[in-house]
Amino acid sequence: MTTENSTAETRAAQARTALDAWVREIVEWHFNPDTGCPFWLDWAREAGWDPRREVHGFDDLAKFPHFQDEKLRGGPVRRWVPRAYADRPTFVFETGGTTGIPKSRVAQEDFRIDYELFSETLPDEHFPKGSNWLMLGPSGPRRLRLAVEHLAQHRGGICFCVDLDPRWVIKLIKKGWMEHLKAYQDHVIDQAITVLSAGHDIRCLFSTPKLLEALANRLEADGSCLKDTGITGIFAGGTEFTPQWNRFAHEELLDGIYMTPTYGNTLMGLAGSPPSGPENGYKITYYAPQPRAVLQVVDPDDADRVVGYGETGRVMLTTLTKEFFVPRFQERDEGEREPPCEQYPWDGVSGVRPFSRLASATTVGVY
Amino acid sequence: MIHFPILRWGQEYKSLELAKVEHFLTGEPVAEVSQANPGIVARDLRKGAGRARDVLREIPCADLLAMVKKGGELFKSADLPLGDGVQTPDDFVRQQSATTGLPEHLCRMNMGKLEYVLTHLDDVLRSLTRRLDYDILTRGYGEEDGVMRSYQATTPVLGMVLPSNSPGVHSLWLPIIPLQIGLVLKPGPQEPWTPWRMAQAFFRAGVPREAIALYPGLGEVGAAVLNNSPRSLIFGGTATVEQYAANPGVQVHGPGFSKILIGDDVVDDWERYLDLMVESVAINSGRGCINCSGIWASRHTREIAEAVAERIAPIGPLPPDDPKAELAAFTVPGQAPAISADIDNALKEDGVEEVSARHQDGGRLVSMERCDYLRPTVVHCGSPDAAMAKKEYMYPFVTVVECPQDKMIRAIGTTLVATGLTGDPAFSRALLDARNIDRLNLGPVPTTRLNWLQPHEGNIVDFLFRPRAFQQAS
Repeated sequence: MTTENSTAETRAAQARTALDAWVREIVEWHFNPDTGCPFWLDWAREAGWDPRREVHGFDDLAKFPHFQDEKLRGGPVRRWVPRAYADRPTFVFETGGTTGIPKSRVAQEDFRIDYELFSETLPDEHFPKGSNWLMLGPSGPRRLRLAVEHLAQHRGGICFCVDLDPRWVIKLIKKGWMEHLKAYQDHVIDQAITVLSAGHDIRCLFSTPKLLEALANRLEADGSCLKDTGITGIFAGGTEFTPQWNRFAHEELLDGIYMTPTYGNTLMGLAGSPPSGPENGYKITYYAPQPRAVLQVVDPDDADRVVGYGETGRVMLTTLTKEFFVPRFQERDEGEREPPCEQYPWDGVSGVRPFSRLASATTVGVY
Repeated sequence: MIHFPILRWGQEYKSLELAKVEHFLTGEPVAEVSQANPGIVARDLRKGAGRARDVLREIPCADLLAMVKKGGELFKSADLPLGDGVQTPDDFVRQQSATTGLPEHLCRMNMGKLEYVLTHLDDVLRSLTRRLDYDILTRGYGEEDGVMRSYQATTPVLGMVLPSNSPGVHSLWLPIIPLQIGLVLKPGPQEPWTPWRMAQAFFRAGVPREAIALYPGLGEVGAAVLNNSPRSLIFGGTATVEQYAANPGVQVHGPGFSKILIGDDVVDDWERYLDLMVESVAINSGRGCINCSGIWASRHTREIAEAVAERIAPIGPLPPDDPKAELAAFTVPGQAPAISADIDNALKEDGVEEVSARHQDGGRLVSMERCDYLRPTVVHCGSPDAAMAKKEYMYPFVTVVECPQDKMIRAIGTTLVATGLTGDPAFSRALLDARNIDRLNLGPVPTTRLNWLQPHEGNIVDFLFRPRAFQQAS
């Protein structure tokens, strides 16, 4: 065994030990009547077993059934707030909601902590401290808007935002109103162009692949380009982040601007990715912010089985924070399991895309 | 394995996303196709569409016409670049059959059809332009018979979202290059063969590479082609037709609902037209929009249905290289069972009877390991009000509908090709005036036998050039 391998294995083992310890702390917190939230305390009472006695590490979370996000629909939303945090200011973030009652997630400091951790992965030369940001993504009851704004503030900048209602976008797509969809996208890009041209010294951008592409196209149609705006770093997210799109962006849109792809949603923190480029076929591999969240790639027909490295499976998320506990939630995404890397000594997932068995029912919007 | 790159104004580009196209019988991968992302389409069209027309305008229309005619010969007979090697005409036929499910001899027939159109393209264009001097299209204006005429191109390129089902439809875009309009092609997932080979034939014949772009990909790539081309053609189902019906920039080619309408004056002699009916329904495995899916008459409809069924219902699947193979396979999983189930459902209505069933042991659906077939289906409808009377599917399927002649034209609905079998001047007049009929054949012409000098679902020249007033001070 080489020294390099040995070091990597040691780091992976240390990460695993830390994860097991964190799992014990989180389970103790959520299932202790003094600190836990009503939902999980009621759940344990009905389940007839005490997780605090039976969960000694991450593997023991398999004793929980897969979390069903349908539980997040409707109120009272307070049932998700840990008793120990009952008096702290609470946010509620929504996901979905095009039809019916949206799923809600409560948050207090989690989004700030997650994005501060993510901030540590951003290279200062591309995301200069003190510079201003443009948040070119969904507004409304979304975590992303506040989180990106906090990220900008945490790094000493100010965040400019646009109005973007993703629920309206999905309705337009479902109705087949493609001209309206294009007009709405233009409306969003108009806002971005206005902000970028207003002398706010914006150097950093959050965007999704579609909006970034639309912004670049508009700028080029106007005789300019992304680089001319002064942007030096782009934090991007979305499941449409394919290697081909990543390559296209690097070769044809970015002109040397640094871009870091991310994977995240309301239920988890933010999974970052090591740099990608021609050297690795522009493959993007995401690593969860362990131990606060764990991503596994599991067999879609037997979610208790983690697939082998390089094999395809459904993404399974476990969220482990003191504000929110989500065990073994099967995401609507699939991908390939990736081994630990230097920056992240735990498993990752690459090729993230809508879960093929559900893909036909998934509507991906403009953002 | 054969690799199809993206063609970005003639320049090959290998995508990081590759889709495998498989042999419909064996499941063996036949080719891998680079998948474009919509951004590439948008970007290329913004940067290169004008250039595509500019390079074509540097070449006189007559020279371009000679090039595409030469391209037609090369398409039919030359070894042309494909992947790392070359593709012979026989390779093309085998490969196209392997991924589309169309029997090889039908692929060859379609190949011949395309070559025929290209070699007669000067006649086609002369007809579609009404003998306009091509220089007027190039320059934008010019005098003809002492009258100033001006035509303005509505687009520098024509976008096309092409289907996989019937290679013959590619004939529709063959006249574009000589009109000095660039081509932006999004091939059907199972049929990258024809657009690629035709592009290569054109290049070898001298057409500038900057004039042609080819973007394989999924639906969003098709949408990008439509959204970024001022003028486009799209092939699709009824939903696609409805979606783009009101869009003047998109010419939609959907199901044809083509029909044979038999007048009261000749219907007692219906047997004279049996061969015509069989050919119209079954040729090219019933895949084209010009295949007949409805035979309408006021009487003898049961006998007609029975006679047509007797001729076509026994047709069954044969290996694709069998020269007698008449049926194409359904290669998209679940498509044939869904169609069969839809037919079963429509058969529940009173007055609707599947006449062909008596001639088919084992039923209409033939399921194989990797593909399915639907055997030719003839249904008798006792009334034009039956839901079945409006059905059309992508295989030899026909309803024989009993309907009084005076209600026929109103009841048939939208019809791409109508063959009117009648000598009755009043009925002929009514057919000529019917605005729900696009192509009209009066007399015994199969719906599938097209006169290429005539416009198809709109004159492509009118779609690409608008006449306008132009005056120039002397």
